[in-house]
Amino acid sequence: MHIGLDLGKCQGYGNCVAADEAHFDLDDSGLVVLLDDKVSEADRERVAAAVRSCPADALWLVENDG
Amino acid sequence: MTAERPERVLVVGSSVAGVRTAQALRAEGHTGELTLVGAEPHLPYDKPPLSKEFLAGTRGAEDIRLLPGGPEADHGFTLRLGRAAVALDVERRRVRLADGELLGYDALVLATGVRPRTLPAPVGKPVTELPCFTVRELSESAELAARLAKKEPVIVVGGGFIGAEAAATAAALGCPTTLAESGPAPFAALGPEVGALLAGLHADHGVEVLAGARVNRVEPLTDGWALVRLDDGRCLEAATVIVGIGCVPNTEWLESSGLGLNDGVVTDEYCAVPGADGVWAVGDVSRWYDRRTGGHRRVEHWTSATEQAALVARALVTGERRPFDPVPYLWSDQHGVKLQMVGRRSADDHVQAFTATTPTGDRKVVLYSRDGRLTAAVTFGWPRGCMTARQAWAKGADIADVTARLAGLTTALTPLDLSSSTYLEGNRA
Repeated sequence: MHIGLDLGKCQGYGNCVAADEAHFDLDDSGLVVLLDDKVSEADRERVAAAVRSCPADALWLVENDG
Repeated sequence: MTAERPERVLVVGSSVAGVRTAQALRAEGHTGELTLVGAEPHLPYDKPPLSKEFLAGTRGAEDIRLLPGGPEADHGFTLRLGRAAVALDVERRRVRLADGELLGYDALVLATGVRPRTLPAPVGKPVTELPCFTVRELSESAELAARLAKKEPVIVVGGGFIGAEAAATAAALGCPTTLAESGPAPFAALGPEVGALLAGLHADHGVEVLAGARVNRVEPLTDGWALVRLDDGRCLEAATVIVGIGCVPNTEWLESSGLGLNDGVVTDEYCAVPGADGVWAVGDVSRWYDRRTGGHRRVEHWTSATEQAALVARALVTGERRPFDPVPYLWSDQHGVKLQMVGRRSADDHVQAFTATTPTGDRKVVLYSRDGRLTAAVTFGWPRGCMTARQAWAKGADIADVTARLAGLTTALTPLDLSSSTYLEGNRA
């Protein structure tokens, strides 16, 4: 499982970072940076909540890797 | 007794608070019935773009949907759209819809939101004869967008976020735009410093900002335009009037239910409605008990709505009750500048404004503090700075520490003297 990102949609709202600092950060231009795009089963709900918190619809979870 | 794991969950309200509640319920593992009711016929859509990209015509209705896929997609829950809820019976645990259908529930989440205030209609004239628009619903916003595309003069009544964003969008589309604020200064709710910076931004982009402009009435002109009469006798003419003078909660349908209503649905700190088993309220309509301030609060912000949705969904599925204790956060987009605010300011907070020089350009930040602790921060075009303040606020940060951390993101953090601003005087008047 990993995080999908459409950087073109990111608006720098930062809700993902507020929800999960282990996977998300903002860069100097205000765009999201994935600190780790892999999602463990233990982190699934936290990352899913971070994804739902994105006002710009820029994030999603990819369930099946490979 | 409230069932720890309700079998049938009914969500009333199809905007972001209701939709995110339904999605979070499934994500948390709710496997029972789940129904989402909405008064509007449209598939659920996101409201913030209505005053920005949707109004500008750069994003269409299908681009601002809250649920992936079209009408035929499986959303994991039942949608009952185009039918408003009209009554709640908490004893028999059921909600009546406008068409008479009765929906039973084990748990009910109220997310009916707010609707915009409108200007009173002139005596003897239906308000529909006037080119007056609010910015809240898709159909009306679509009509407004088509009107703005004609680049004719616009008067925006109200200098809050909606009014300021709509004015910025109208001006960018090429409409000669006037923003009429009834208070002594525009954008005063955010304090004189931020108000001054915003007033300057609007002036730089050609929006004429009138302070102390209280609208007396709006009259139709023969060519479909409107005449806006102000209390001080001034008259303004425009093809379109955009009204952004605040909102009222949609709670009339609950008046016979016995729920505690007071400018919203009154809840405890868990967003649960006292005295009504299995009933919760989230989003703009919820007046929840805020432990941090020791009083009930109602806020109309996107992030708060989604945070309450997540909290209530978790409580319903896992039985885990956590008090709603948010880091207050909001944003606005005006003239291409993203304004972000974290925390809450008071009029007597200590205020410092800075220009932040960063490798990707200059940004501005206004910091509020009390007794040496950060109370609020407002950034202009600086998401990373806002994020730093947001993380610091959550931890109750020392203002000197926050300032140092912000300076660490910059090549220079220079105090910004707003005393020479033409707008600050007006703001302090």
